[in-house]
Amino acid sequence: MAELTKELSHVAQEESQASPEVLGTPTVIVDNLHIVYKVYGAASDSQKGNAANALMRIVRRQGRPQMKEVHAVKGVSFVARHGEAIGIVGRNGSGKSTLLRAIAGLLPPHKGAVYTDGQPSLLGVNAALMKELTGERNIVLGCYAMGMSPTELREKYDEIVDFSGIGEFVQFPMSTYSSGMGARLRFAISSAKTHDVLLIDEALATGDREFKKRSQKRIKQMRESAGTVFLVAHNLDVIEDTCSRVIWLHKGKIKMDGDPSEVLAAYNKA
Amino acid sequence: MSQPDSAVADAQAGGGAPESLAALAERHGLRRAIARPTLPAYLRQLWTRRHFILTYATSRNVSKYSESALGQLWQVLTPLLNAAVYWLMFGVILGQSKNIDNYPAFLITGVMVFTFTQRTVISGAKSVSSNLSLIRALHFPRASLPLAYAVQELQQLGWSMGVLIVLVLVTGEPITWLWLLIPVTLALQLVFNVGASLFMARVGAFVRDTNQLLPFITRTWLYASGVFYSISERTEKLPDVLRWALEFNPAAAYIEFMRDLLIYQRFPERWAWITCIFWAIFALIVGFWYFWRAEERYGRG
Repeated sequence: MAELTKELSHVAQEESQASPEVLGTPTVIVDNLHIVYKVYGAASDSQKGNAANALMRIVRRQGRPQMKEVHAVKGVSFVARHGEAIGIVGRNGSGKSTLLRAIAGLLPPHKGAVYTDGQPSLLGVNAALMKELTGERNIVLGCYAMGMSPTELREKYDEIVDFSGIGEFVQFPMSTYSSGMGARLRFAISSAKTHDVLLIDEALATGDREFKKRSQKRIKQMRESAGTVFLVAHNLDVIEDTCSRVIWLHKGKIKMDGDPSEVLAAYNKA
Repeated sequence: MSQPDSAVADAQAGGGAPESLAALAERHGLRRAIARPTLPAYLRQLWTRRHFILTYATSRNVSKYSESALGQLWQVLTPLLNAAVYWLMFGVILGQSKNIDNYPAFLITGVMVFTFTQRTVISGAKSVSSNLSLIRALHFPRASLPLAYAVQELQQLGWSMGVLIVLVLVTGEPITWLWLLIPVTLALQLVFNVGASLFMARVGAFVRDTNQLLPFITRTWLYASGVFYSISERTEKLPDVLRWALEFNPAAAYIEFMRDLLIYQRFPERWAWITCIFWAIFALIVGFWYFWRAEERYGRG
């Protein structure tokens, strides 16, 4: 029950600062959420996919062994409130990114539900960009992919170019960029939009020191304008600096949920 | 401790009395993140995404040829080379041309019109399954993808039509008032293509072997659509039912319609109009409805 007391003490702390009504209305409620992925092409050594084996499997009416189900999130529940910045920590493969995608409504729940106020959006536009195209075209493409209107795009365009700091490279294809420049442009595009519920997946560990500083400032601004921020990062300092609450995921379940310093201390010990 | 405890604690902190999370969500007016919008709402969402659809299509077209030395010239070269290969095979080597007047124009019209539908359907079938990372990263009505692919093919068709018209003129056909109907038949065909590719997009998203199988199906379709031969001439000695079945084939209908306008210089028969309009409306309604029904499930597989 250690975590429960922590959770309650965390709540109590907030309540001591303000009356319960000011605690903030719920913006995201995750109710006993299960996410199951189907993964293709995960064959073991003995079942390597040559044609003869595949034929034999069909003859014997066995299913495709290459298809495996991955139970990435196993019954997670929590309530996120207005004004919270929630860090999510956990080892690789503990279901952090999957959880974010489920909150964003991009992965359907296997069981349970995610309730949200407004449209949570994932800070990440990489998948829409095309590396053969110039930076200019990618800015336009990325902004439209995030659902901006042409007027919004015109307003934001110069700001994106300035913020990314890539200068005249904006006229070159993205495939000619250094990895740092690409990351900066991607961050600049994806952070150009304001969001109700903002989900950030490892966006901070990119670029040089100066850009890191600028991007942290941008995240802070976004936190202030967004209702709730979720942040997944392996860099625990970032989480400690920016988050008011931390959820520790372990093998798809919540191991701990509460005050950043306590959860991070326990996480570091584990 | 188990996590529902923590959840209940949270709920209690917010509401006083213990209540389920679902009830808490309802009290605060929160909605499920994944819910399929109603059909009118979905259409409105798609309309607000029109800029994305157009930009995505153009970007794909630009990036497609960016690696090759001749670049955008391939947009013209591809249909030209296609026409040349088919003309060599079916016109010169197999000697079909003796029975049909102006066989080059006949053949190239068939190839261009069929290719438009074929390419839209094949790329539509891939549109969802090859964009899973995009679907898992951003929110947008998923029908944007097959639509963007259809627009991309429409942009390619612009070049093919240019090539087609030049070749038809070169082979000695005159320009007539009937040419004004070309945009009409292309629009009908586009609507049919969109419907068919929406349908195939859902099939391709859930049946993973579709992309392997589809080239064989479309090739069979190609041979059945009277691209290389005249259906009415070939079925002269066969029962009428068979001829009707072949002529009711949407690809054959759009091809014959275009040949009427470009080569035979005659106003298409009522039967041809009915077939072309029927297929456009039928495919669009069925394809769109079928695709929308699975909207919330794309990206899971």
